[in-house]
Amino acid sequence: MAFPNDRKYTKEDEWIKIEGTTGTIGITDYAQNALGDIVFVELPKVGTEIEAGKSFGTVESVKAVSDLFSPVTGTVAEINQELATAPEKVNSAAHDAWLIKVTLKDPAETDGLLSAEDYEQYVNERQ
Amino acid sequence: MSQQATEAGTPVVRKTALNAVHRQHGAKMVDFNGWDMPVEYPAPAGLINEHLAVRNSVGIFDVSHMGDISLRGPEALRAVQHLCMNDASKLQIGQCQYSAMLYPQGTFVDDVIVHRLGEDHYLLVINAGTREKDFNWVYNNTRAFNCEVKNLSDDYTQIAIQGPNAIKVLQKLTDADLSQVKFYWLTHGTVCGLPNIMIARTGYTAEDGFEIYVPTDEATSAMVWNKVMEAGKEFGILPCGLGARNTLRLEGKLPLYGHEISDSINVWEAGLDRFCKMEKDDFIGQAALADAKEKGITRTLVCLEMIERGIGRDGYKIMDDSGKEIGYVTSGTYAPFLKKNIAIAYLPPELSAIDTIVNVQIRSQAVKAKVVPSPFYKKPKKSS
Repeated sequence: MAFPNDRKYTKEDEWIKIEGTTGTIGITDYAQNALGDIVFVELPKVGTEIEAGKSFGTVESVKAVSDLFSPVTGTVAEINQELATAPEKVNSAAHDAWLIKVTLKDPAETDGLLSAEDYEQYVNERQ
Repeated sequence: MSQQATEAGTPVVRKTALNAVHRQHGAKMVDFNGWDMPVEYPAPAGLINEHLAVRNSVGIFDVSHMGDISLRGPEALRAVQHLCMNDASKLQIGQCQYSAMLYPQGTFVDDVIVHRLGEDHYLLVINAGTREKDFNWVYNNTRAFNCEVKNLSDDYTQIAIQGPNAIKVLQKLTDADLSQVKFYWLTHGTVCGLPNIMIARTGYTAEDGFEIYVPTDEATSAMVWNKVMEAGKEFGILPCGLGARNTLRLEGKLPLYGHEISDSINVWEAGLDRFCKMEKDDFIGQAALADAKEKGITRTLVCLEMIERGIGRDGYKIMDDSGKEIGYVTSGTYAPFLKKNIAIAYLPPELSAIDTIVNVQIRSQAVKAKVVPSPFYKKPKKSS
């Protein structure tokens, strides 16, 4: 499994793409495959303050509820409305189906996150 | 079937004879009550597709983890009648019935399907999670009867073939005339070249289907599984795991031990009155049930449909509009065929009328659900 180089990753299997002070967050292809068919996505309201390492919502498969953990601290600027009626998009295109966009409190915070290579290694360790 | 050697105190992980087959398929495996079982298979399967395959065509399940207890002898029927709440004296040879074993207080030891195999010969098929408990219960409570009680749980690989095309698939593999086997009856026949295999028209999917009981060695078990898969190819058969097994039975409002029924829930609360024959001679739990009937129930099982966004899952609390806790979800899920979020729940009888609206506590939010007619799903009646 290869992961796009244009973003960073976390050990909770999220990805974050940084453009200026905006971070776009989603879950990885590895995560969607492990979850199975996704039937429900619960996202925070625009304006919500979220904290690095804390849960900001959930993604649910038929069988289970999985917390989404924020890689960064900031304010929710936009949420992907499509996922309210088409949560399966996260399965079919995990690296395109973004969940939320965040205005970063501190853009340098992302320095500690995993590169695509490091994340790929982390995935391989678990298989 | 094998058990792994273990250090003292380490839980043993049990495997069915088909374990290697599931792993070859690439199934996601899970520990289910100490059994290493497939929860779903990879694409083109997957929980939702497996569920839909059973509703629309056919699916195959390994259910060997379930248990089997045989009662045989001149007083086998009396023993079954003493243990189980339904009336087994109504069973002709080859007939089956849904029933349950109760504790003296009228609550559930387990639910079972009673199969009448012969003149004085009955088979109880029981849940995987309660194998040992049930066998001990049956053994200890039948000492006074002239019958032999045997634990045959490790003697069979049990395969379920379920869905409207199940009969077409299995018919290719057996000389038994399946069109003569009514729902909840059984027969014996040659299956995949194996003689005298029990074929029961039973299942846990709320669809038509069969369960076959074949020898438990790995080679034979795999042979049968592969032959069924091959025979089912033209019908789009999929291997189905415990994930789909649960969503299928939930849509049909079939009870699951530990959820809708348990050792702290009685027959009236669970709404299983029609399987409980109080007019029978004494059975374990009967006296307590008579008392309970007089006292009345304080909770009753209902079907709920979520009417606001959210999935009400097992164990979630239910509140009225004032925030007072009034019940809880026993089983809940996204229903792949109905394409709704559904839940089975205990509510006070006065709040159980159709269209009553309640609040399910989903994490920090109260999400509305309404009571709907039971069951959520019923298989379509055949025209012929």
